[in-house]
Amino acid sequence: MYEFDWSSIPGALPLLGKGLLVTLEVTLTAIVVGIGWGTLLAVARLSSNRLLSFLAAGYVNLFRSVPLVMVILWFYLIVPQALKGLFGQDIGDIRLVSALVAFALFEAAYYSEIIRAGIQSVPKGQVAAGLALGLTPGQTMRLVVLPQAFRNMIPLLLTQAIILFQDTSLVYVIGLSDFFGTAYKVGDRDGRLVELLLFAGAAYFVICFTVSRLVKHLQARFIK
Amino acid sequence: MIEIKNVSKWYGQFQVLTDCTTEVKKGEVVVVCGPSGSGKSTLIKCVNGLEPFQQGDIVVNGTSVGDPRTNLSKLRSHVGMVFQHFELFPHMTITDNLTIAQVKVLGRSREEATDKGLKLLDRVGLKAHAHKHPGQLSGGQQQRVAIARALAMDPICMLFDEPTSALDPEMINEVLDVMVELAQEGMTMMCVTHEMGFARKVAHRVIFMDQGRIVEDAAKDDFFGKPHSERAQQFLAKILQH
Ligand SMILES: Nc1ncnc2c1ncn2[C@@H]1O[C@H](COP(=O)(O)OP(=O)(O)OP(=O)(O)O)[C@@H](O)[C@H]1O
Ligand SMILES: [Mg+2]
Repeated sequence: MYEFDWSSIPGALPLLGKGLLVTLEVTLTAIVVGIGWGTLLAVARLSSNRLLSFLAAGYVNLFRSVPLVMVILWFYLIVPQALKGLFGQDIGDIRLVSALVAFALFEAAYYSEIIRAGIQSVPKGQVAAGLALGLTPGQTMRLVVLPQAFRNMIPLLLTQAIILFQDTSLVYVIGLSDFFGTAYKVGDRDGRLVELLLFAGAAYFVICFTVSRLVKHLQARFIK
Repeated sequence: MIEIKNVSKWYGQFQVLTDCTTEVKKGEVVVVCGPSGSGKSTLIKCVNGLEPFQQGDIVVNGTSVGDPRTNLSKLRSHVGMVFQHFELFPHMTITDNLTIAQVKVLGRSREEATDKGLKLLDRVGLKAHAHKHPGQLSGGQQQRVAIARALAMDPICMLFDEPTSALDPEMINEVLDVMVELAQEGMTMMCVTHEMGFARKVAHRVIFMDQGRIVEDAAKDDFFGKPHSERAQQFLAKILQH
């Protein structure tokens, strides 16, 4: 019978806290950049400009067709090499930066699909009304369509954020010490892997469950 | 003010408008009627370029709508339009609905725009509702706000596309009253509507459309007296029964 020993956790809390910060940093960056870039991609994809629409669709389909782990590895292994070749010098520890970039670009593809659906959920008559008032197509998109699209999409955007929060644990493949990576390292160091992973799992659960409750609550409020 | 010259339009193979020609003079009120699917909405949307057309031209106050060099946004900013389903912006207050285009398109200051918006809101009898959102108003109230929103741009003419057909019967008159008043003040109006009471009261001319063609284009009294085409006679008979 396995004897649980949780004693290594209290001492590791500061380290775990630091790891959680990395996790949150990756998550928040990916949400902010992902939604911003994803919105541009969605608008480009719906635009009447064939080339723009084609390029945006290509981008989205590409990122949605490859595993996230590979994207993370690419940005860690290949892009820095290319940059090194360009600038001819070492660029130091790029693990965090490459993770931020990989997640932001990857998530943008998913967010753009959510936002595209959101834009399409706004009745055509709203666009006609905006244009009829003399607003330009750009102003109509920005002032009339997108605010309504985002309002409709808040639950889905948050749900995607929860998935993203969990997915950030994949940065372990490039040795970045996020929350999960730190828990793993501490457990490995103290020979208490089971306890640390159970603890980390519980922490992920509590955070995600709380946020998803919040989403449900928001949903109920918006639908009423 | 609005000259429609030999306009034809296709959706793919399907011809929606066939060689439509008519005119709305300054200060004139023209009612457009006809059976469902006859192309009334399409025609009126061509006037402010919300729908493109392939043949002919429309000239609004000297500006060609069909000319690709025309700045359509600018043209639309002084052509008011009112829709069947109101199309107020649901995420904004009534005041913001009334001011947004004034500020963003005409470059008015927020105070000036609010001032103007509230005056017009008062005129349609809804001043007390300025801070509300559209969803909190009845259909008739929303449509009156939509008219005020269009008027806030100081339009040179107004287009109405079945402004009362989505309303409960008891709300139709409050909207028609606003439109009648507007007509009596000399606003140039092109109205798609089946409200023949309104047409009798204020229209100068009535246009009857069928299958994408302007079948009848007559002075009001001639139209109601005795329409030339059999199709228009049948239509009138049917609609006046109600
Ligand atoms: N986007 C579109 N694509 C294809 N066909 C269309 C489109 N919009 C309208 N039509 C067709 O064009 C015809 C004219 O439509 P329109 O909406 O102008 O008619 P209407 O006279 O306004 O009818 P209603 O009284 O029902 O509003 C109809 O047969 C309609 O099915
Ligand atoms: Mg119609």
